[in-house]
Amino acid sequence: MANIKDIIARFSEKPGGLIEAYHALQKKYNYIPAEAIKEAAKIFGVSEAQAYGVATFYSYLSVKPRGKYIIRICESAPCHIAGADEVIKAFESELGIKTGETTPDGKFTFELTECVGQCQGSVVVTINGRPYLDVTPEKVPAILAEYS
Amino acid sequence: MIKEMRIVLRNADKIDPQNISDYIAAGGYKALEKARNMKPEDIISEVKKSNLRGRGGAGFNAGLKWSFVPQSETKYVVCNLDEGEPGTYKDRTIVEKDPHTLLEGMAICGHAIGSNKGFIYCRGEYPYIVEHLNHAIAQAKEEGVLGEFDIEVRMGGGAYVCGEETALIESIEGHRGEPRFKPPFPGVEGLWQKPTVVNNVETLANLPEIITRGAEWYSSIGSSTYPGTKVLTLSGDIVNKICIEVPTDTTIREVIYEFGGGIRGGKKLKAVQIGGTSGAFIPASMIDIPIDFDSMRNAGFTLGTGAVFVMDETRDIVDVVTRIAKFFEHESCGKCNPCREGTFRCYEIMKKINQGRASSDDLEKLQLLGRVMSKACLCGLGQAAPGPILTTLQHFRHEYERKLFLS
Ligand SMILES: Cc1cc2nc3c(=O)[nH]c(=O)nc-3n(C[C@H](O)[C@H](O)[C@H](O)COP(=O)(O)O)c2cc1C
Ligand code: FES
Repeated sequence: MANIKDIIARFSEKPGGLIEAYHALQKKYNYIPAEAIKEAAKIFGVSEAQAYGVATFYSYLSVKPRGKYIIRICESAPCHIAGADEVIKAFESELGIKTGETTPDGKFTFELTECVGQCQGSVVVTINGRPYLDVTPEKVPAILAEYS
Repeated sequence: MIKEMRIVLRNADKIDPQNISDYIAAGGYKALEKARNMKPEDIISEVKKSNLRGRGGAGFNAGLKWSFVPQSETKYVVCNLDEGEPGTYKDRTIVEKDPHTLLEGMAICGHAIGSNKGFIYCRGEYPYIVEHLNHAIAQAKEEGVLGEFDIEVRMGGGAYVCGEETALIESIEGHRGEPRFKPPFPGVEGLWQKPTVVNNVETLANLPEIITRGAEWYSSIGSSTYPGTKVLTLSGDIVNKICIEVPTDTTIREVIYEFGGGIRGGKKLKAVQIGGTSGAFIPASMIDIPIDFDSMRNAGFTLGTGAVFVMDETRDIVDVVTRIAKFFEHESCGKCNPCREGTFRCYEIMKKINQGRASSDDLEKLQLLGRVMSKACLCGLGQAAPGPILTTLQHFRHEYERKLFLS
């Protein structure tokens, strides 16, 4: 808890620092715990409902626990026609989970996303923000092996 | 062989972007020095005369926008690096290859409007660009080249609507990224109610060369009403999926066949969507028009961000448009009813058509809904969302009819 407070306090003087504080919290915990939202509301002088409203507006912020590694696959039109659906299936079968789920060991969360701005390399996957380009179903096991 | 013309990307792949001395050795920050010796109103009139128009999609004259900024003790320069339009990666490329050209452009804008504080709003999908920019800003501060002008980078959280300038401002303020009613425009009342100029990365990155070489030089390049160059990003079924910078009188055909190397696998072109995922679908028979803002608009198309998404003859237009409809349903912020409900219904009807369960009645409904949304939605998201549907109903209606349920 002390930790949560410290992280948020680092941004308390920054105008509009609430979202920056959420990014920092998420970097540490991979999601924004409920106590953190309460604490942030106090520190930034907004209602808890408002602080929660901000945390849930942005799709990269999460109020639910997630895995250590967040795998996102782009399903926007350029990646869609390049075969994103097949790559999604490959990840699902390799990980044993569906999109939106986390592996039981808490290691991987698999999410769909819209364009991540690397469309020269469709199909694009990111793992904790790092892009992997020209991904095909065949490449999926090797990508995951990097995180074992 | 036609060639690129590089203004914004003049240093790309020639200098080490991590090293400010490379930029300075290539003549960097000289334009800012020159601007500092000019009167602010002279800079504004020079930029106005250059006819540099916003590269973020709306095509508004940059100098004219700056001229609306009223007197105020505090003013802000905000750089829009949200780049959320699917198929677009130009702003990332510009910043990756030459971050200082953006910083210099922002400082020139700051001097012109009398602001000493800039923000760069970088999308959450580019955490590595945030680091890259912070590194460049630290170097610029160390060198003292920015003078009194301070630049701070803020990171978004994966919301497409935050590219809309007032939603972006809400987000920097630490709120949900929902667009504001306009007027007042940001130039008058923006960030923390202060006058704020919001410009796209590419717009700002053009400024150093405009100041160095003058308005006359710039306005003589490319198309007369939308001069200069445009940075384009090619994606889809094209041989070269690359980022290019070309004069604005370059035609779509030249972009696809000269720079893009044509269609992959020797196939034929079916359609090209330009401007991002809200852009119009252009049939292969209409690609002989120049890419500039006005030529595109006069033809019923959009230049938008300059994303060029190519589809070959085997692609299923209705399936692609259904995917796009899902995008808008997901990205609608929900503030206004026509967009919240409209994007939901568009996706619902598109799915129905794509699955072969729709009748010709549904096509009529879809068309009506699209027309209403383009007029009634609060911001550009909802207004532009039906674009792909309406233009494909116009140019590719047979593909829809083929999927109708025959009862
Ligand atoms: C839904 C929506 C998304 C937008 N996304 C962007 C964007 O990612 N980048 C951008 O520069 N402009 C974007 N715009 C346009 C901005 O509102 C604004 O017009 C632009 O930043 C102004 O800069 P410019 O005059 O230099 O083009 C978007 C507009 C809408 C309605
Ligand atoms: S469309 Fe997938 S990264 Fe841009």
